[in-house]
Amino acid sequence: MIRIEVDMDQCQHYGQCCFEAEDVFQLDEDGKLRYVAEVADDRREAVESAADVCPMQAITVHQQ
Amino acid sequence: MTGALIVGAGLGGLRAAEALRSSGFQGAITVVGDEPHPPYNRPPLSKEALSAGVRVDELAFRRKDCVADVTWRLGAGAVASDLAARTVTLADGAVLDFEGLVIATGIRPRTLPIPGPTDGRLMLRTIADATHLREHLRPGTNLVIMGAGFIGCEVAATAVHLGATVHVVALDTEPMVRPLGEELGAAMRRRHQARGVHFHLGRTVDRFEGQTQVTGAVLDDGTELATDLVLEAVGSVPNTQWLAGNGLDLQDGVQVDAAMVVAGTDAPVVAVGDLACYPHALFPGAPRRIEHWNMPTETGRRAGRTLAALMRGADPGTEPFTAMPAFWSDQYHHKLQSFGMPGLADRIEVVSGNVDADCIVAYHDRQGLVGVVGIDRTSELAPYRRQLMDR
Repeated sequence: MIRIEVDMDQCQHYGQCCFEAEDVFQLDEDGKLRYVAEVADDRREAVESAADVCPMQAITVHQQ
Repeated sequence: MTGALIVGAGLGGLRAAEALRSSGFQGAITVVGDEPHPPYNRPPLSKEALSAGVRVDELAFRRKDCVADVTWRLGAGAVASDLAARTVTLADGAVLDFEGLVIATGIRPRTLPIPGPTDGRLMLRTIADATHLREHLRPGTNLVIMGAGFIGCEVAATAVHLGATVHVVALDTEPMVRPLGEELGAAMRRRHQARGVHFHLGRTVDRFEGQTQVTGAVLDDGTELATDLVLEAVGSVPNTQWLAGNGLDLQDGVQVDAAMVVAGTDAPVVAVGDLACYPHALFPGAPRRIEHWNMPTETGRRAGRTLAALMRGADPGTEPFTAMPAFWSDQYHHKLQSFGMPGLADRIEVVSGNVDADCIVAYHDRQGLVGVVGIDRTSELAPYRRQLMDR
């Protein structure tokens, strides 16, 4: 499994991560980020990519 | 031969190193940077870091496992190169050879030749610049910002928040007018004015007053502004001096193809980030440099893959480059976000909301939608982005 951590003090809800892994990261109706905290290993590239494009660099990806 | 040499330790250089590894390159990778810091995130330098204090460890990009064995050679930038001989000379005299080269030296702020004292005239690009600016910004500081682009406007917002008196002087008709257009630019100006920022648009600084320290700025209409501090934010210049003498076209950054291969040399050389001038398949016309934050990542990924192919003697391919340009800005807690190239528009339409509140603005060229900007409408921009991807 891959564990995803988003620093919600850093997150500004720009939603760039959603375009890289929309099954993992979504903006809700109020524009707030919602995300799945654990995903399967085969999503690693997508969630790494989502972490890369975060303007606030708020996303950390942990391999478990 | 020393494997891959990456000149420039910013975001583009980092992404190129990661992409070399993810593309299977197993040789040595060396990254050269003129600053003493490993790659860090620059946008906070005009916002959070300027407001709350510059913390180098917080700005640094995560170092992925795949680049754990990269050699970082920081603190001495490149000063010369001989691409045919495959060497780069650093400021400390070292000469590094390479099998493949990534040009990732980015841009620096433009400075204007304005007469007068120079103490108190600052720029903002690096951690050192932001630290310097932060030290001098105090409640009551009279700050003159030259330039009404994103950096000028973001610093204006931060400086007002810190209690400074802010005057923005720019030749443009409205702040951020080139990417945003007149109507939205004017609405952003009104947001700044409501917080007390003074604008002198269509104006330039003729000269600075003072002995060694700037004490005043005299504009071209004779207006005199009391000044403790000047931020020059009037655009940027690609850092290509170290590439002179190789016969490259360095008129506007470094010319590359869609695979980021540098034109005009037989050596395996790619370029990334703010200085790479490339053909973009979604926005035809002349190749262009796009100084948006996400493009070093996108060009770095492509360039790393390309260089890995070139170094094993493979064809990097001719896949079109279609990465979506994106930018965002935070001014007084208003979130401005854009996709595409709104600056290329010949017709601009407010499609939802009101420019003085939250809104979505669509930018069109002859082909259709060419860009979109949202203010506090981040979650509604995805359909426009999809439409832009389908251009």
